[in-house]
Amino acid sequence: MANEPGLGPDLARGLTEPRLNRRRFLQIGGLGALGLGLTACGIPGSKSSGGNLGGQAWRDEIGKFWSQQKQTNVLNFENWPLYIDVGKGSDHPSLDLFTKETGIKVNYKEDIQDDASFYGKIAPVLKAGQNPGFDLMVITNGFELENLFARDWLIPLDQSRMSNFYTYASDLAKDPSYDRGNVYTMAWQSGITGIGYNPKLIGKEITSWNDLLDPKLKGKVGMFADNQDLPCSALCAIGVNPEISTPADWTKAADWLKKQRPSVRKYYDQSYIGALKRGDLWASMAWSGDVFASQADNPDLRFVVPKEGAAIWTDNMCIPVHASHPLDAMIYMDYVYQPRIAAMLADYINYITPVSAVQPIFQKEAKAATSKSDKQYYQNLSTSPMIFPKPADFAKLHRYRVLTADEEVKWNALFEPIYQA
Amino acid sequence: MSARAIRRRLTPYVLVLPGWLWLLIFFVVPALSMLSVSTMTGDDLNGFKQTFHFGTYVDAWNQYHTQIVRSLTYGLIATVLCLVIAYPVAYWIAFRGGRYKSSLLFLLLLPFFVSFVIRTQSWEFMLDDHGMVLGVLRTLHLEGILHTVGLVGSGGQILQTSTAVVGGLVYNFLPFTILPIYVALERVDPALLEASADLYASKAVAFRKVVLPLSMPGVFAAVLLTFVPVASDYVNAQILGGAKTTMVGTVIQTEYFTNLNYPLAASLSFILMAVLLVGIFAYAKALGTDDALEMAAA
Repeated sequence: MANEPGLGPDLARGLTEPRLNRRRFLQIGGLGALGLGLTACGIPGSKSSGGNLGGQAWRDEIGKFWSQQKQTNVLNFENWPLYIDVGKGSDHPSLDLFTKETGIKVNYKEDIQDDASFYGKIAPVLKAGQNPGFDLMVITNGFELENLFARDWLIPLDQSRMSNFYTYASDLAKDPSYDRGNVYTMAWQSGITGIGYNPKLIGKEITSWNDLLDPKLKGKVGMFADNQDLPCSALCAIGVNPEISTPADWTKAADWLKKQRPSVRKYYDQSYIGALKRGDLWASMAWSGDVFASQADNPDLRFVVPKEGAAIWTDNMCIPVHASHPLDAMIYMDYVYQPRIAAMLADYINYITPVSAVQPIFQKEAKAATSKSDKQYYQNLSTSPMIFPKPADFAKLHRYRVLTADEEVKWNALFEPIYQA
Repeated sequence: MSARAIRRRLTPYVLVLPGWLWLLIFFVVPALSMLSVSTMTGDDLNGFKQTFHFGTYVDAWNQYHTQIVRSLTYGLIATVLCLVIAYPVAYWIAFRGGRYKSSLLFLLLLPFFVSFVIRTQSWEFMLDDHGMVLGVLRTLHLEGILHTVGLVGSGGQILQTSTAVVGGLVYNFLPFTILPIYVALERVDPALLEASADLYASKAVAFRKVVLPLSMPGVFAAVLLTFVPVASDYVNAQILGGAKTTMVGTVIQTEYFTNLNYPLAASLSFILMAVLLVGIFAYAKALGTDDALEMAAA
């Protein structure tokens, strides 16, 4: 194949070259790519320099990398739309403050529409060993982040520059199951995939995933077109914790989804929230923060963590290999863990903040507020279970299932035909 | 043969060389490499290896034949609707447009200066449950008609049904139907119509025996230019479609860019291509014009 005439060498390599397995990557991880990233935009992360380093040597190597980095006062930041504070006049007050306090100018872009397509966009660039054009990106825990780990496409963080993080990060953000020890990531925000609904249109409250089977809701139910939230929610629906689910459970979850299909209007992307606000949908799988933010337009909307449980996810800040300004990114990542900055973000974003000290700040704001509407707003923020989930909720919240390559084939074959039908 | 004669015989081939090279580099080579990808096995992490595994084609068909058949059905319905709308429009512009012909053609194309996605998205606003279309019909108490004809979904919606998807397809590809028909009709010499009138043909007969046959190459080209892209479209079904309207184009896109399952995406593409080619040749045969392609290109 690689010798086939006419086929571009990059395509041939990309499609055929065996990659490092995870174990091998853990030994030499980061280094091949890191070293090359320093010398010149060289070779993809999957081509290692061949060393066989143990844990300590690896840490030393990372330390050496970071000690060579200089602050450049430039940071190119890729994020999701509507995922940072927006002020009057000035674009993003928290970024302006950051520039004022550190001297680092931020080029902020909202180019990430969903993990899968964003990954599809950057993978060829990173594979070719090129600079992706930004230094900081926000990726959800799941297939794509696992892929970035496995392919060695993230720069391990400088643990000595994470003092705010280690002081203020909530238990949810610290040492997450998908990135033990926060080697590569720090949480940006987290959210819950539950059910958003309009009790006025339905005529009753929704409490369970099985409420979405109700024939009265035919054509008014929205589900997600993805192979992470959708299957995990179905697993919750049949009473299984997705994290420890077995292939037999997956079949049952797929059956549940097939049973539910006749009620489903569409398997949605981000557009579900518009349909829910308009009333095209009466009940839909929904992200907690979206529903909270939409209540401003449609106060009838409710969000529920179904009694069978739901998926909780975290969007993570991470630095791609070959980034030009890794130190500036590192400084920013830790900066946002100061409670005052985290509060600025949470105030606008309405998802689960990784800094629990934000709650007392909102309570104080509510007390100090002079206008009634401000008081109400901050009271809602500080008591909302969508932003500060209660311990009882946490017991029902599960992480996504982490899949091996073989399992992923099985998983996709089961769930893809459901939302691509 | 003198050197001069040889050179003269070779000249046409040399002149056509850029065209052949173009086809070779941008069609033959990619097609061959995709063909070889389609029989590989593996996964993105460990890489794909050539194993000549033709089973992928069987899997692709078993898993997604519904979507392939649906794409062809939508393509057929949309093409027929496009023809029905396009022919009178093209006829009118060609024979009645007079000195406004170019302005009329420009007006026809004007909406298409707006991005494809935005145009389709605006259909969503028009068709939603409280939008212009359903709202007006509801006020006029005409909603029942849609139900009787079966054009609405289980929840009484238009959006997220086949109706919406086919409607979007017709709208978006209409110019590709109108323009070739227009070109063919424009070339019909008005003197022929006068001649047929002199020979006592009624207007209807003149249309049936003179205009229609002369415009057939245009119709053939229009069908090709409409049916092929419609059947492989992946935008309309995604924006206007619902739980049961996915077209094979969307599946291919997802398999390729999201799931990085290159062999499956490649084999789906080849299945679609094969089906389309068979359909087109059958159509050309049925039309009785083996050289219809030639005529269309003329």
